Amino acid sequence: MVDRPEVALDELYREVVLDHHRRPRGRAPLPRVDAHAHGLNPVCGDEVRLNLALDGDRIAGVQVQGRGCAICTASGSMMAELVHGRSEAEADALAEAFRAVMHGQSVPPDADLGDLEALEGVKKFPVRVKCALLPWVTLIDALRAWRDGAAETTTTTESEEANP
Amino acid sequence: MNAQAPPEVRFDPRRLRSRFPILERQVHGHRLVYLDNAATTQKPEAVLAALRHYYVSSNANVHRGVHTLAEEATAAYEACRTRVARFVNAPDERGVVILRNATEAINLVARAWGATLNAGDEVLLSEMEHHSNLVPWILLARERGVVLRHLPITDSGELDMAALPAMLSRRTQIVALTAMSNVLGTINPIAELAEAAHRVGAVMVVDGAQSVPHMPTDFQQLGADFLAFSGHKAYGPTGVGFLVAKPELLERMEPVSGGGEMIRAVHLDWATWNDIPHKFEAGTPNIADAAAFPAAIDLLEELGMEAVRAHERDLVGYALERLASLGWLELHGPLDPARRGGLVSFVDPEVHPHDLAQVLDMRGIAIRAGHHCAQPLMRRLDVSATARASLAVYNDRDDVDALVDGLVEARRYFGLES
Repeated sequence: MVDRPEVALDELYREVVLDHHRRPRGRAPLPRVDAHAHGLNPVCGDEVRLNLALDGDRIAGVQVQGRGCAICTASGSMMAELVHGRSEAEADALAEAFRAVMHGQSVPPDADLGDLEALEGVKKFPVRVKCALLPWVTLIDALRAWRDGAAETTTTTESEEANP
Repeated sequence: MNAQAPPEVRFDPRRLRSRFPILERQVHGHRLVYLDNAATTQKPEAVLAALRHYYVSSNANVHRGVHTLAEEATAAYEACRTRVARFVNAPDERGVVILRNATEAINLVARAWGATLNAGDEVLLSEMEHHSNLVPWILLARERGVVLRHLPITDSGELDMAALPAMLSRRTQIVALTAMSNVLGTINPIAELAEAAHRVGAVMVVDGAQSVPHMPTDFQQLGADFLAFSGHKAYGPTGVGFLVAKPELLERMEPVSGGGEMIRAVHLDWATWNDIPHKFEAGTPNIADAAAFPAAIDLLEELGMEAVRAHERDLVGYALERLASLGWLELHGPLDPARRGGLVSFVDPEVHPHDLAQVLDMRGIAIRAGHHCAQPLMRRLDVSATARASLAVYNDRDDVDALVDGLVEARRYFGLES
């Protein structure tokens, strides 16, 4: 039997998270789509459809669509804000940093996760970690496909381990 | 489902709770309100005691030993078969194969009976099937070029019986359908479907995972050829499930798994098989869980399956009424409690099922959120997921009220009007 410390709902749904859930950013269509990926969480059926516009190696536009829970929606909304204007290498690094945090590591001192820090409480709800990571694994996939010259990919969170 | 007046509920669910130790625990400081019974039911003390009793007093391997413990273990294991046969009115206990779960039972039919099919033969399924009654047939289709057809469902969540005649032909070899949908709750007219299947010479496979624990099941009256169900959804332990079959069909099936127990004579390069049902039970079986399952049947027979059904019909009627009265939920499946089992799938258009389940969990209420292993049905309903509350003998109106209060609270929490 696993004994879990008592956690409060507000640790999962912080005010910043609820705000992104209620008013998700990065929903508007892009004038041009250079990279696209489709992310699926086979456990719950959530999906993220991600469009990126790239200016050289800089992310000039982000559109996040799909259907998901509050955590997935908020995480996608924060991602749209955070990676806008960054290079693809910076976006990749951010995704890796966030993944590390979700897997129980603390926020690296040099990383500025912005609003994403409000999602730190998710790691106390192991089943929900995949919800928070779905937009980010989709981003990693879209950028990889773009680098490889592929037009579109579908990824799933299946290989994404929950916080042990 | 006859025209007689529904029998009265003869048991008090609240008093029944005291026989299920886990229902005494608290979750996040609240009384556990367990509404995930379609996934698995809780276990009564008698089942836990039987499990312990087996290991404490009779543990041995079955069918081979001469010693006392082996004899007792064999008797306990075989008693499970006898009790299951009687519980579902199987024609013969030789038709009861003891397996791990309903999934394994359907896979056995798909592999072993499926091996008698040829390319171009058809298997008729439906849009409301659980993955466990879809994927074994997909494997068969890939292996043998068998064609899969799917009976559509109506917008009210029932099988479209008007579409049935066009889907059956001499090519149809197998009709495999759920008796009760694990998402919609729909109770399907299995006897009518079996008759239609038999008219074209097909065998009828019934997925009874949801129906057997919650309503009277008469294998012979249903006209079934194969019936699959799991012990753990019927108050028994996990790891034991059953294929109930007409013995003459089992006789015509080759084993799909080889090893000990299932053989008569083994030579270096050939072997002969044991009699049915043992030829389908290779290796040391799950003796302990099989030995404990009759204690779960005891409970259901003590309550009476008519009374169990009446209780859950009454309670699902109450749940549907209360959930509908909230005004913002989309309810899936037939609205008439007489046509459905004790489970309700619903969607709050503004709060994702995961978030609903999370808020409810904090109040000690366990429901399911997701696709319920029925992705094709989710697509048909045009939802990515639903929330599902599923009832059992120990649930009462207080549990439904707790659910409804929790759903109101969830909207308040996410800043929505209720």
